[in-house]
Amino acid sequence: MFLDRFWANTINGLSYGSIYALVALGYTLVYGVLQLINFAHSEIFVIGVFGVYFTFLALGFQPGQTPNVPLAGIIANLVLAGAVGMILAGVAAVILERVAYRPLRKRNAPRLAFLITAIGASFVIQQIFRITRGSNPEGTIRLLPPEPLFRIFGAPVTNLQVIIILAALALFVIADSFVNRTRLGRGVRAVAQDPATATLMGVNRERVIMITFLLGGLLAGAAALFYLMTIPQGAVFNGGFLLGIKAFAAAVLGGIGNLRGALLGGLILGIAENYGQSLFGGDWRDVVAFVLLVGVLMFRPTGILGESLGKARV
Amino acid sequence: MVRRRFAAAGALVAAAALVLSGCANQSGSGPAQTSAAPAPAQPNNAVLPAGDGQGRCAPGTSIAYVGTLAGQNAALGQAIANATELAVNQHNQANPGCQVTLVKADSGGTPDTAVGPTQAVINNQAVLGIVGLPFSGESKAVGPALNAAGLVNITPSATNPGLTQNGWTTFFRGLGNDAVQGPAAAKWMQQKFTPQSICVIKDDSDYGIGLAQAVTQALGPQVAACQGDVKTNQKEFSATVGQVQQANPQAIFYAGYYTEASPLIQQLRDAGVQTPFVAPDGVKDEQFVVNAAGSANGSFLTCPCVPQEGFTAFTQAYQQAYNTPPQTYSAEAYDAATILLQGIDKGANSRPALLNFVKSYNGQGLTKKFQWQPNGELTDTPVYVYRVDGDKIVTDSPITG
Repeated sequence: MFLDRFWANTINGLSYGSIYALVALGYTLVYGVLQLINFAHSEIFVIGVFGVYFTFLALGFQPGQTPNVPLAGIIANLVLAGAVGMILAGVAAVILERVAYRPLRKRNAPRLAFLITAIGASFVIQQIFRITRGSNPEGTIRLLPPEPLFRIFGAPVTNLQVIIILAALALFVIADSFVNRTRLGRGVRAVAQDPATATLMGVNRERVIMITFLLGGLLAGAAALFYLMTIPQGAVFNGGFLLGIKAFAAAVLGGIGNLRGALLGGLILGIAENYGQSLFGGDWRDVVAFVLLVGVLMFRPTGILGESLGKARV
Repeated sequence: MVRRRFAAAGALVAAAALVLSGCANQSGSGPAQTSAAPAPAQPNNAVLPAGDGQGRCAPGTSIAYVGTLAGQNAALGQAIANATELAVNQHNQANPGCQVTLVKADSGGTPDTAVGPTQAVINNQAVLGIVGLPFSGESKAVGPALNAAGLVNITPSATNPGLTQNGWTTFFRGLGNDAVQGPAAAKWMQQKFTPQSICVIKDDSDYGIGLAQAVTQALGPQVAACQGDVKTNQKEFSATVGQVQQANPQAIFYAGYYTEASPLIQQLRDAGVQTPFVAPDGVKDEQFVVNAAGSANGSFLTCPCVPQEGFTAFTQAYQQAYNTPPQTYSAEAYDAATILLQGIDKGANSRPALLNFVKSYNGQGLTKKFQWQPNGELTDTPVYVYRVDGDKIVTDSPITG
């Protein structure tokens, strides 16, 4: 059973892991700069999911059967919906930072206060969706049904999986080069490494923090599109809860604060839980994911690649 | 160092949250909607909420709906709450001398959220009886408190068999339980598919586990050798799909709720698995059909609920009041409310009096004859099979014998 499904599990894991990785980047970026675990990031992701969903609705798609639209039209619609989702999630992340975290920072609040605020903000956003949209998932809108494109060792690879894996990698490369190669990115790294010195050198810390949240939100919005393409039933108020926890685990697994770690962690987690559920049964999926996390942290407490957004290594 | 400790603490919080969410699964049973074929008509002698119009009761007399209104699988609860409300409104209109108030309490649908709202209803002395709770898990959680308070409650949809084995004197079930539905579903699948193999997939709720057990037992270990597990709120089912592909069964029985059933069947069909899909009452809801986006077509749904489309007076009134046809268990809830209202009309003006009235009740409802055994199970428990036809759930056939 496990061996038969090995390649299918690997491919599924890579595609789902790419979504984890994109969300994990948001956790890792914020942690790298502020040493804050932004638990509300999962709700930023949900805002992205609803942004994508409402764009579908606004484009005239109705829940129910898969619409019959030519491929070019589908791609254009998906890109548009993804862009809306990214912008909404990005803006929401910046607003969240302004409303929830900046006032605390101004008052030099202890770190625990940030954590509690993050959890509180997460609940607030979640309940806003629950009250306004109810607790049933939004009706399914699926633009692109999965179809096998080719096979790897007998395991079918679908068009969705190809799109998701490639697009996620591309976004990762863009984010990574933004942080490592641009002037603004240098500011981000400088603040992560030593906020006081960076400020003395003329880096605007508040602006760097804003950019960090914006970038994390944009990536979460992109993840939201891929998620909704994979799981069309995903537009629901608590849809980000488990995924957010997994993405956070992925960030810690790879080394929180480390962009490449988030990517690696996401992919490993996605693959591992697919192997796990194949080996031990579906209800062991989450157990396997977290046992892996605990196991890695035991031997490498800073994660597989270490914490290093601020260090020279990145 | 500080960073590292902090990240580790975060991971711990995350893991704890995950464990908690895992435990918070709901249990109970489900809802839906129907049309066509062999649906029974309204029985001539059915007792209706209006009664004889001569009801007399104290002002302020109340009955309550306790169940999910906005929580997990809320569509099921809303269909029950609406039908209860409809019954109370019809009663009040016909009985000027007895104006009953309906109290609605949102249980959240899970065992850990149901206790508080239920206690609030218990503390409201004007409430003489309850329609609810809809789900098995929450019913189990609040049963002892309701029993201690002597507050009669008729569930229109909780089907876990264990609920009537707790010695509670106040719990009455308005439909057949899973010990009836499970074997009936198994028998029907045997007749329909003459299977060598059936995959029984269950979620982690009291409802899903109990039902899967009943079905597996009835099918026998040979036929039901393929057993799958999913979790509440799971949305990605590649492992289960792989398992089904390996086993290549003649049918799939899914014991759980529609929230997970819709993505599950969509992912099965996407992967090219065309095996017939059979699911119980917890999946029998329009949400299942809508959220599966076409993939649900041809699925079979078993339910100890009776098709409602033949009860035209009821379905029309419901449609008029709520702008939607009645859903699964609406008629059962309507019957349950009717029995409580009958009791109040006939002078049961206290909790013990209404409890005694229900205990010795013997009358025809819309859905079936209502008469309870001492443990709170009905004597008459029909089970029906429904079918997804396009974007509608239609009646297929009663399961006989």
